[in-house]
Amino acid sequence: MTAPRPGGSRPRRPRASQRAGRTRNRGPLLILVPAGIGVAFLLVPLIALLVRAPWHGMGRLLSEAQVLTALRLSLECATAATIGSLALGVPLAWVLARSSFPGLGLLRALVTLPLILPPVVGGLALLLAFGRNGLLGRYLDHWFGLTLPFTTPGVIVAETFVAMPFLIVTVEGALRSADRDFEEAAATLGASRLTVFRRITLPMIGPSLVAGSVLCWARALGEFGATITFAGNYPGTTQTMPLAVYNALETDPQAAIALSLVLLLVAVIVLVGLRDRWLRAGSAP
Amino acid sequence: MHRRILAIGVCAAAAVMLVAGCSSSSKGSTGTTSTSTAASGGVTSSAPAVSGTVTVFAAASLQGTFTTLARQFETAHPGVTVKLNFGASSALALQINQGAPADVFASASARNMTQVTNAGGASPSTNFVKNAMEVAVPPSNPTHVTALADLAKPGVKIALCQAQVPCGATAAKVFTNAKLTVKAVTLEADVKSTLAKVELNEVDAGVVYVTDVKAAGSKVKGIEIPADVNASTAYPIAVLTKAPNSAAAQAFTAYVLSPEGQRVLAAAGFEKP
Repeated sequence: MTAPRPGGSRPRRPRASQRAGRTRNRGPLLILVPAGIGVAFLLVPLIALLVRAPWHGMGRLLSEAQVLTALRLSLECATAATIGSLALGVPLAWVLARSSFPGLGLLRALVTLPLILPPVVGGLALLLAFGRNGLLGRYLDHWFGLTLPFTTPGVIVAETFVAMPFLIVTVEGALRSADRDFEEAAATLGASRLTVFRRITLPMIGPSLVAGSVLCWARALGEFGATITFAGNYPGTTQTMPLAVYNALETDPQAAIALSLVLLLVAVIVLVGLRDRWLRAGSAP
Repeated sequence: MHRRILAIGVCAAAAVMLVAGCSSSSKGSTGTTSTSTAASGGVTSSAPAVSGTVTVFAAASLQGTFTTLARQFETAHPGVTVKLNFGASSALALQINQGAPADVFASASARNMTQVTNAGGASPSTNFVKNAMEVAVPPSNPTHVTALADLAKPGVKIALCQAQVPCGATAAKVFTNAKLTVKAVTLEADVKSTLAKVELNEVDAGVVYVTDVKAAGSKVKGIEIPADVNASTAYPIAVLTKAPNSAAAQAFTAYVLSPEGQRVLAAAGFEKP
């Protein structure tokens, strides 16, 4: 309960400055004009998407088999990628937040590299690692007959690679700011380290865990570059929604707009669902 | 609070008008420059003294040859810079129709050229080469593909171009001619991506152009498709109506169609149209 309180007081501060700003409304025109241009710049493309949307044919466009297949594939893969990210990312976030060893900073930087790495580069790197001739991929193929490129698991791998850092960063931030007194108290009362993690740490970072998961899921849902590079593009197995949008643009632009609106809607739902929590957790680290 | 939102709204509206003003004025200026160059091009059409930059949008399969042609054209016309943009013909046609500032469009199929001419984006086009299909396999040829029919075997991983891309459409024609049902593992955005998947040994075979196999050298092995089932696509080239530098665009197009240009294309494996 201690964690949300300082955060909760944060929005109050700008409100006070707003009151002060009202008296000198003309002053910051130099700031307001570029700010207004910034707003327009970010919103006009989205408005254009809404204006040009084929509202009449929407039902027909979105109920086509190929669209539904792409949508189902996208939802399944993004969910699987989020589960994968939770399984690997939460322990990794704990290590980054709670342990100290030489090179920890470097490790943190490397682990979060996919956040800023162009996804196409990520896809190529995955191909060179897990492809049929890849560093590890050749053994997967040789020993188990497993090949990831051009398969649905390949899509999940690509999405996990790109989206997991979002979860790691969010959860690590929460672990750092969480009060450790409770954990120490539980430990002194004889709880094992696993029990402390399960009964104290996890519930304390719960909200951030949810926020990080949703963020991770949304990022995975929108993944394009790494997916098309590593997993290829085939309807039903690897063609997710963003790939379908890209394809449709060349054959049926109206369908591309309709598909884009679905992804826009998902993004808006995510944003509304996470309102203040996301921004705070995301900006903490 | 309300007043502030209002202020932001007003600013946003102002910004929209500002941006709109910018685009309309720039459109006006490019309009005048294009008409003036078109006029000068018309006057001096016999011996065009071309200059400036000419932007050429060309099919991915033309990457090697058009790079050579551009370099030779630049040498023949000092002061001219040729800017090349390669991609799937379908993607390039879309970009041109959306207003990309190109001078010349060289498409790998009549269909994508028609998309541009129908939209009023190009003058009538001329076919300058033809390209047939070939099967490409990695040098190690892991699944022992030796003939076109092997592509229909189960367990053979195949990369094709998407149906809307010329190489995908032409490959589909080959399969229809040969009465084969081929299931790909991936449908790539352009022919170079398809070839790359073969070069990287991530697929067992890909269907690409004869010229791609030739250009790839030892990185892939080519398996010829029998002439009676093979299909080819004709490449049209056109000067775009909104070409910012139409004089240079006409000169470049003429160069591609000239015996000199045709020699470069033939050396790469392209056939006469």
